[in-house]
Amino acid sequence: MLYAFLCCHDEAVANSWTKEEDEAVLAKRHKVTEKLAAKGKLGPAVRLMPTTAATTVRMGGEPVVLDGPFAETKEALLGFYLIDCDSLEDAIETAKEIGRDEKVVFEIRPVKLFAPKGIAS
Amino acid sequence: MTTVGWIDPVLRSARPQAIGALLRYFRDLDQAEEAFQEACLRALKNWPVNGPPRDPVAWLILVGRNGALDDVRRRSKSTPLPADDAISDLDDAETDIAERLDSSHYRDDLLRLLFICCHPDLPAVQQIALALRVVSGLSVKEIARAFLVSEAAMEQRITRAKSRVARADVPFETPGAVERAERLGAVAAMIYLVFNEGYSASGGSAHVRTPLCEEAIRLARLLLTLFPGETEILGLTALLLLQHARAPARLDADGAIVLLDDQDRRLWDRDLIAEGLALIEKAVRHRRPGPYQVQAAIAGVHAHAASSKDTDWSEIDQLYATLERLQPSPVVTLNRAVALSKVQGPAAALAMIEPLAEALDGYFHFFGVKGGLLMQLGRANEARIAFDQAIALAHTPAEAAHIRLHLDRLIKESQPA
Repeated sequence: MLYAFLCCHDEAVANSWTKEEDEAVLAKRHKVTEKLAAKGKLGPAVRLMPTTAATTVRMGGEPVVLDGPFAETKEALLGFYLIDCDSLEDAIETAKEIGRDEKVVFEIRPVKLFAPKGIAS
Repeated sequence: MTTVGWIDPVLRSARPQAIGALLRYFRDLDQAEEAFQEACLRALKNWPVNGPPRDPVAWLILVGRNGALDDVRRRSKSTPLPADDAISDLDDAETDIAERLDSSHYRDDLLRLLFICCHPDLPAVQQIALALRVVSGLSVKEIARAFLVSEAAMEQRITRAKSRVARADVPFETPGAVERAERLGAVAAMIYLVFNEGYSASGGSAHVRTPLCEEAIRLARLLLTLFPGETEILGLTALLLLQHARAPARLDADGAIVLLDDQDRRLWDRDLIAEGLALIEKAVRHRRPGPYQVQAAIAGVHAHAASSKDTDWSEIDQLYATLERLQPSPVVTLNRAVALSKVQGPAAALAMIEPLAEALDGYFHFFGVKGGLLMQLGRANEARIAFDQAIALAHTPAEAAHIRLHLDRLIKESQPA
C-alpha cells in the first residue's frame, strides 16, 4: 500500500533552524530515505515553502481568496513523502525512523490514487 | 542534532512571542527577560523527561509568569508589601490567562515588543542592538562582534537603550487600527535596519554579520505569519529574501565587494529567490503598492535575469520612477539614474544626478556612480576627482577598495600602451 507521510511541523521552529541545523535534519532523513529508495519503495517527496507564501481559495458561493494557509495552527504542513509500505505498522515504524530526534508530527494517510503525471481525460 | 537538540530551536523560536507576552504581565523588559530565562531552564530540565508540551510558547509563558510570581510572593514575606496597584495588576494577569493566550494577543504582544525596540527616541544603532538582544536573544558578545565594538561598550549601549524605552511609556492597551498600522510601519523599518546592518558587511567580518540578515528574515517571516495580508510586510520579507539570496556572490575570496553587474549569478540562492518571488506575486494581487513592494519587485527583476546584460533595465527604470513617487528621495533618484544609464546611456544619467549634488555631497555612492558615468563618457580627469571623493567617504575598506579598482583602471587606460 502506498502511504502519504504528511510532515507537520511547528513552523516558527522550522524557520528558526540555522542553515546547518536544516542541513543536519535533511542529512539525517536522507539516510533513511536512501534505504527505502534502494528497495524501490520511495515515491516523490515534496517540501513546501513556508505558509507565508500560501494562498487559500475558499469555494462555495462567491470564491474567497485569502492570504495564508488553510488552517492557522502551530503545526503546519511543510511537506510530504510518498512511501510504499507493507502495512500500517510498517508505515508507523518508517515515520518513527524518519523523524527520529526531531519534534515533527507525521500524519500517515493511505493513498487512494497516485498519478505522477496528473490525470488527463 | 542530539536527542535533545530539538529543544534549542524551539526555545529560540518561542522567545519573541513569549517575551512579548511576559512583558505584558510585568511591564518591565528586564523582568520579562529574566522570567523567560527561568522558564527556559525549567524546560531544559523538564522537556527531555516529559516530552515536549503541545504548545511550547504557552508553556514558557505560564511557567515564566508563575516562577516570577512565586518570587514576588517570597519576597513579599520578608520585605514590605508592594503597593496595592502592583498586586492587583498581577492578579488580573492570572484571571484571564486563557483569553490572553489567544492568537490576537500574541500578535499585539509581539508587535508591542518590537515597537518598543524601535522607539523614535533611540538612535538606529541602539534600536538594532536592543532588538537583537531582547527579541532575538543574541548574546551581547555576538552583537558586539557584529558592530566591531567591545562587549562592555555594547552592554552599556543596550542598558542605556533599555532605560530609555522604560521611560518612554509605550501604552499596553490593545492598539487601535491606526496605531497598529503605525507600529507595523516602524517595526518594518527597524527590521530592515537590522538586515542592512548585516548586509553592509565589510569583507572580513561578513561571517559575524550574516546572522543579522538571517535574524531580520526570521523576524519578517514571523511578523508576516501574524499579519498575512499586510502587503508591505509581504514586500519587506520578499525584499530581504531576494537581497540575501545574492549574499554568496557579493564578496570575492579577498572579501572585496563584487558589484551586481559582475556577480556570478550561479551562486545566488535559488530557494530564497523562489520564495521572494512567490511573496511578490501575492502582494501584487492586492494592488496596494508601497515602497517595500516596489524595491522587492526591482530585486525580483534582477533575480529573473541571467546576467546584467539580460536585465530588463527599462522595467527597473519604471519601478524606480514609481518608488520616486511613493517615497521621493535623492538616493532613489540616484539608483534610478543607474538604470537609466543602461537604457539611455551615461549622458542622460549624468544629467539626472547633477541636481542631486548638493543633497548627496556626503554620500559615498553618489561619487561612485558619478565617477562611473564620467568614466563611461571618457571624461577621465573628472572621473578621477569623483572617485577620490568617494574613497574619502567610504565606510568600509571593501568600499574603498572597490573604488580603487576603478581608479587603477583609469590610470592604466591613461598610460600609453
